[in-house]
Amino acid sequence: MKILSYFFIGIVFGLGLILSGMTLPLKVLGFLDIFGNWDPTLAFVMGTAVVTTTVGYQLILRRNSPVLDNSFFLPTVRIIDAKLLLGACMFGMGWGLVGFCPGPALTAVSSLSTGTMTFVCAMLAGFWVVDLVK
Amino acid sequence: MDISQYSAAILGGATIGLAATLLLLLNGRVLGISGITANIISGQSYSRKYSISFVCGLFLAGWVTFTMMPGALADSPVTDLKILALAGLLVGVGTRLGNGCTSGHGVCGLSRFSKRSLVATIVFMTTAIATVYLTQHIWELGQL
Repeated sequence: MKILSYFFIGIVFGLGLILSGMTLPLKVLGFLDIFGNWDPTLAFVMGTAVVTTTVGYQLILRRNSPVLDNSFFLPTVRIIDAKLLLGACMFGMGWGLVGFCPGPALTAVSSLSTGTMTFVCAMLAGFWVVDLVK
Repeated sequence: MDISQYSAAILGGATIGLAATLLLLLNGRVLGISGITANIISGQSYSRKYSISFVCGLFLAGWVTFTMMPGALADSPVTDLKILALAGLLVGVGTRLGNGCTSGHGVCGLSRFSKRSLVATIVFMTTAIATVYLTQHIWELGQL
């Protein structure tokens, strides 16, 4: 049941990314290009996603536990350190270079294009290296 | 102004929010793609089978859409494989060091009113905007 729920939520999330235009890197770069020919549409994606999630979270966290598990597993780390800032900087650079962040890249890689597969392989290598050191 | 583009953006954003809400409701976890995917490799957070299942769903959504509407998914306008590899590495290392990407910090973190996620989101948005500004308007690499 839990496996199925993850699979189903993956599909819903992927469809959300596609519908919103996040799987079009050119559009993403146009959104980030605020000093050029700025395309503000993706701000509405982020805004609507945050509002929907905020309302959903408030309702759910009144429960004692999630439906399929015994307790909630919310992130507990609160500190704002150099690791967080450096990581966010590196992520922003990569995102701004080509217009892919992890979710849209993993959805768009289903086209099996060489460019997107190269990006995804390098990204997975990046995950692996950091978790190896951790 | 293209109204249909804005309605698709709003509907898409709500669908992303729905997925994040469902993951918390059913499994009690925040929806962070970099974390979920990295767990397939490291298995450090919870059982790998759940992360694999999630990424398969994501891939399937992409694959079915691509088969029916190829225009809904696109490659980056950047075609140099060296730059794509560099960008992938930066995104991979960066999101693990900072423990989150657009979904984990940008959507779920902000929705939990996490200060840490707010800082991360401001930093990666600013850096991404600065990177586009540099590559497009200063160095004029001309991808857009």
